[in-house]
Amino acid sequence: MKNYGRRLTRREGRVTIKITILNYKMGNIKSVYNALKHLGAKPVIANTPSEVKARKLIIPGVGAFGEGMNNLKSFIPKISEALASNVPLLGICLGLQMFFEGSEEFPAIEGLGLIKGKVVKIRTKLRLPHIGWNSLEIRKEACPLFKGVDDGYAYFVHSYHALPEENVIAATTSYGCEITASVWKKNVFGTQFHLEKSGALGLQILKNFLEL
Amino acid sequence: MLCHRIIPCLDCDLAFPEGRVVKGIEFKQIKYAGLPWQLAEKYYEDGADEMVFLDITASHEKRETMARVIEKTSENVFVPLTVGGGIRNIKDARRVFNAGADKISINTAAIRNPTIVSKLARYFGSQACVVAIDAKRRYVTDPREAQNKVVVETAEGLCWFECSIYGGRKFTGSDAIKWALEVEERGAGEILLTSMDKDGTKDGYDIFLTNAINERVSIPVIASGGCGTPQHIHEVFQKTQVSAALAASIFHYETYSIKEVKELLAKKGLAVRSG
Repeated sequence: MKNYGRRLTRREGRVTIKITILNYKMGNIKSVYNALKHLGAKPVIANTPSEVKARKLIIPGVGAFGEGMNNLKSFIPKISEALASNVPLLGICLGLQMFFEGSEEFPAIEGLGLIKGKVVKIRTKLRLPHIGWNSLEIRKEACPLFKGVDDGYAYFVHSYHALPEENVIAATTSYGCEITASVWKKNVFGTQFHLEKSGALGLQILKNFLEL
Repeated sequence: MLCHRIIPCLDCDLAFPEGRVVKGIEFKQIKYAGLPWQLAEKYYEDGADEMVFLDITASHEKRETMARVIEKTSENVFVPLTVGGGIRNIKDARRVFNAGADKISINTAAIRNPTIVSKLARYFGSQACVVAIDAKRRYVTDPREAQNKVVVETAEGLCWFECSIYGGRKFTGSDAIKWALEVEERGAGEILLTSMDKDGTKDGYDIFLTNAINERVSIPVIASGGCGTPQHIHEVFQKTQVSAALAASIFHYETYSIKEVKELLAKKGLAVRSG
């Protein structure tokens, strides 16, 4: 068994002092916070845009696209500002989906548009939501998130997934059809699966993000 | 490929400050299996795909103790955590979510007031809303005896399934199959289905009950009640299409480890998460 998710040494931990989790009131940010703490990082939860001061940003999220975008609205200038100064951004689940231009879930609401393409309902004959542990197939070996990670299992909970119109798919999984499991475009990273709930493999991916 | 999930269940007695995991052999005879968060960490290391924490006393006063148990567990356990037992409203649910739970499981409150299912699904999302159904076989000789009930043929004869609440202490007269369809309609994300006939027997899952419900709903079903050996878990995955199997006592006293169960399933060609 691989020794994934080793804690950071004290020195590594100091490097990543400034990591901010955006709390836009969508789902359980506590688990992302705990996973970062477990790795030895010092995460800060930003409840308002003025509290966003970081070298790395995480947008977690569980829930619906429309409500997510509405709640995220006040944070958008801060996100743009961070991206312009090359701050790495990680979106988890709904966080990843909001990187796109829009979603079938709420067609009237625009996404962040950081990546070209749309979020669509999973077209499968299998049961939805897609809940449980599914195998990852890494498509971009060069993606820093998957450094030292072999194909393995990650925890998914969703009914929609992103269909990028750019070459950004870093990992996929299959559920009666191919599902976008991870995207990577410059300093924008996203995982459709909940890496904070994906055991040691998820912690390793999170650690890779900390070490960027 | 989606894995078959193995879910240990921690029945918690919260009369102790940090809680205790218990396994009642019968009602009077209760054995203690350890501190919830310690057992949870062990199961996590051992490959548990999720965990269910059940407050067996379902007592309102002990809600803070359960929150502490979850807070402590979620610091070092990184798989989904479900909390059940005595959750009555949005406020109770929010308390355990804030403590680090990913899903809540409700039974009694849902049967007494079905709109709570819709409310919880709307507030926290369907994925966070598990409805637990505790079902007991009610045999009939003629389907006409059971008006408005879904009668199923089992190896032991014709029966319908009755829902029970308050941890199996009270029967409601309602049909478990119809109830399953209703909670799906109301937005439940999963059904945790326990056979009251099999629970505690270590005799294997009720395959007929599990199929009767799983084949009719399109949300994931977790089979529960009766697991005594790893072979029982294999049997329920082989004979039904459920996505998860829950077991308690076989893991508590180290009779079998989760790893052993997964090794057996993998050997039989079933997809399980390893590593």
